[in-house]
Amino acid sequence: MLEIKNLHVSVDGKEILKGLNLSVGAGEMHAIMGPNGSGKSTLSYVIAGREGYDITGGRIVFQGEDLTGMEPEVRAAKGLFLAFQYPVEIPGVPNTTFLKEALNAIRRYRGEDELDAMQFVKMMREKTKELGISDDMLKRAVNAGFSGGEKKRNEILQMAVLKPTLAVLDETDSGLDIDALKIVAEGVNKLRSPDRSMLLITHYQRLLDYIVPDKVHVLAHGKIQRSGGKELAMELEEKGYAEFGEAAA
Amino acid sequence: MVASTNTMEQVNDLAEEKYKYGFVTDIESDTAPKGLSEDTVRFISAKKNEPEWLLDWRLKAYRYWLKMEDPEWAKVKFPEIDYQDAYYYSAPKTSGDGPKSLDEIDPELLATYEKLGIPLREQEMLSGVAVDAVFDSVSVATTFKAKLEEVGVIFCPISEALEKCPDLVKKYLGTVVPYTDNKHATLNSAVFTDGSFVYIPPGVRCPMELSTYFRINAKNTGQFERTLIIADKGSYVSYLEGCTAPMRDENQLHAAVVELIALDDAEIKYSTVQNWYPGDENGVGGIYNFVTKRGACRGRNSKISWTQVETGSAITWKYPSCILQGDNSVGEFYSIAITNNCQQADTGTKMIHLGKNTTSRIISKGISAGRADQTYRGLVRMSPKAENARNFTQCDSLLIGDQCGAHTVPYIESKNKSAIVEHEATTSTISEDQLFYLRQRGIPPEAAVALVVNGFCREVLQQLPMEFAVEAQKLVGISLEGSVG
Ligand SMILES: Nc1ncnc2c1ncn2[C@@H]1O[C@H](COP(=O)(O)OP(=O)(O)OP(=O)(O)O)[C@@H](O)[C@H]1O
Ligand SMILES: [Mg+2]
Repeated sequence: MLEIKNLHVSVDGKEILKGLNLSVGAGEMHAIMGPNGSGKSTLSYVIAGREGYDITGGRIVFQGEDLTGMEPEVRAAKGLFLAFQYPVEIPGVPNTTFLKEALNAIRRYRGEDELDAMQFVKMMREKTKELGISDDMLKRAVNAGFSGGEKKRNEILQMAVLKPTLAVLDETDSGLDIDALKIVAEGVNKLRSPDRSMLLITHYQRLLDYIVPDKVHVLAHGKIQRSGGKELAMELEEKGYAEFGEAAA
Repeated sequence: MVASTNTMEQVNDLAEEKYKYGFVTDIESDTAPKGLSEDTVRFISAKKNEPEWLLDWRLKAYRYWLKMEDPEWAKVKFPEIDYQDAYYYSAPKTSGDGPKSLDEIDPELLATYEKLGIPLREQEMLSGVAVDAVFDSVSVATTFKAKLEEVGVIFCPISEALEKCPDLVKKYLGTVVPYTDNKHATLNSAVFTDGSFVYIPPGVRCPMELSTYFRINAKNTGQFERTLIIADKGSYVSYLEGCTAPMRDENQLHAAVVELIALDDAEIKYSTVQNWYPGDENGVGGIYNFVTKRGACRGRNSKISWTQVETGSAITWKYPSCILQGDNSVGEFYSIAITNNCQQADTGTKMIHLGKNTTSRIISKGISAGRADQTYRGLVRMSPKAENARNFTQCDSLLIGDQCGAHTVPYIESKNKSAIVEHEATTSTISEDQLFYLRQRGIPPEAAVALVVNGFCREVLQQLPMEFAVEAQKLVGISLEGSVG
């Protein structure tokens, strides 16, 4: 599904990722942990194709296709989704309008019929119910004035609507209270399927109690330093990143 | 690959959508000799069988105009206009004497309106919208006449109103915008050719939206329409105006005048979607849109509300205003102005508070892209007698790219201590964060920009009647094409 080989990425001339390797199979759930500033969000942006994140070496292959140079909206249409660490506000644009536009843009690209207003509303009703999201949130402008937790939940709603084949969730758990965390985790678990892979970026082992990963990776110094099972997350929770030379960074 | 062909097709479609109104209709027309003189004025007046008083008024305007200077205070640049190099009257030939019914209208012309999305045939019409269509200089059809007559509403070309209700025309014409007002309005007074006339009798709520579509077709022709709307005591009317023109290399002058009069407890809602041809990417061609629009809230508790979506024209010079004369009267101005490429716009409003407890509200959204330049220019005047008058002004500018400009020039004159004037202004850009977020969700850059801009304009778009709001949203996207990437 996703193959990252010897990836080097620079931002403003500064090398952030320095030869990163990662392989995620279809239907797998991988967690990435690592100290602040180690390049986790950078990795998510470069997978999604953000401008200014230059690949200086190596490559990212998604479903057998090299992503280098591909426009972000094309990646999205091919099934790539990024839940942002800091979701962006779009004043004046109702959440539903935005989601309908996004879904239909993707469907158009794939040569599928667009959903009409009725079909869309019906689908939205199901999704919001599943995720415990109020109708009010759909009418409000995208993320504008949303609380931190609401923004994160809105990201999961978008994922549920767009049904990606690969979702990168960048710290979707941070800022959530216990109840919200459970709802979000449940939402993510419901979306797990044999043909959907997920990359879960998190700082907390807590999330992994709810969403059990197939693999855990430690990102530091621009590389994956260690990979393991769920027990690796426990170990990190205890010892921190000292082993990787980043204690109290 | 199927997917990429699709996108190519979309791109082509978009490119064509760009100015889909840019076609020319091949119609024989009846045209006045080129140039401007007393003879031109007499020619127009004679063509329309006008009463003596109107010809005199036109001539007074013409003679006054000869001595006037171009207004120079606006922040727009253009070569001097050669008034002798234009035609001041052009009528589709078949309808020289004015059509009596739809069947008498040239089928070519009907086809043109269909292309523009204004079906004139009543059976095809959106229910509840009556249309008066002005093609070059004459009004070609007014639909739904009978239904309106039932409730006593008069909605017809102004030339017809001169026959039907000359006293009303005589009583109100030029009382809001006098022929001495400004050079463009004065020229209009001298040579105006047609336009719509509306009278709503006391206590009548007009049963449908009234709408005029203006179209400049003939080459080198100026369009000088004049609209006069009178809402008598306790009446209500909502009026829509749309405009398009073919693509031409030369600049065409459009100098319209709109006068609104609201008597006691009456309300007029006037909406415009202006999409005149803006010229090409390099600023060649396009309409000079020099328009004087003014409403007088003459009666107590009267209300006039202007909503405008200005996306077209090479140059827009326009300040729909309200004179708040009646006590407790209300003036509103909601505006979206979009300038792209080399377009220039200097637009805004004037709220003149004369009566007690008068209130006004100004919401202006300016979007500038490419190398375009635009200015919001607004005057709020609280006269000595305007006890407890209030104004709220919000001016927001959105810049796309780094070569465009936006300026806000608010003038506030307060001569009454009890009056309150509030002014808020913001300038923002579409952030890279927003664009990336939308693109990550699958929305291509141009659609993403259109979405953000529509969000930015929402407060104003919401003021438009439904059918217009949808059209306006699409227009916002089309006008900004080529502004990213
Ligand atoms: N535009 C930029 N210019 C310069 N440096 C940048 C830029 N964007 C990111 N960086 C740097 O890249 C490094 C990695 O940042 P990144 O956001 O990927 O870290 P992270 O692992 O997601 O951290 P956190 O856990 O705090 O979210 C940081 O040192 C950051 O300062
Ligand atoms: Mg991060």
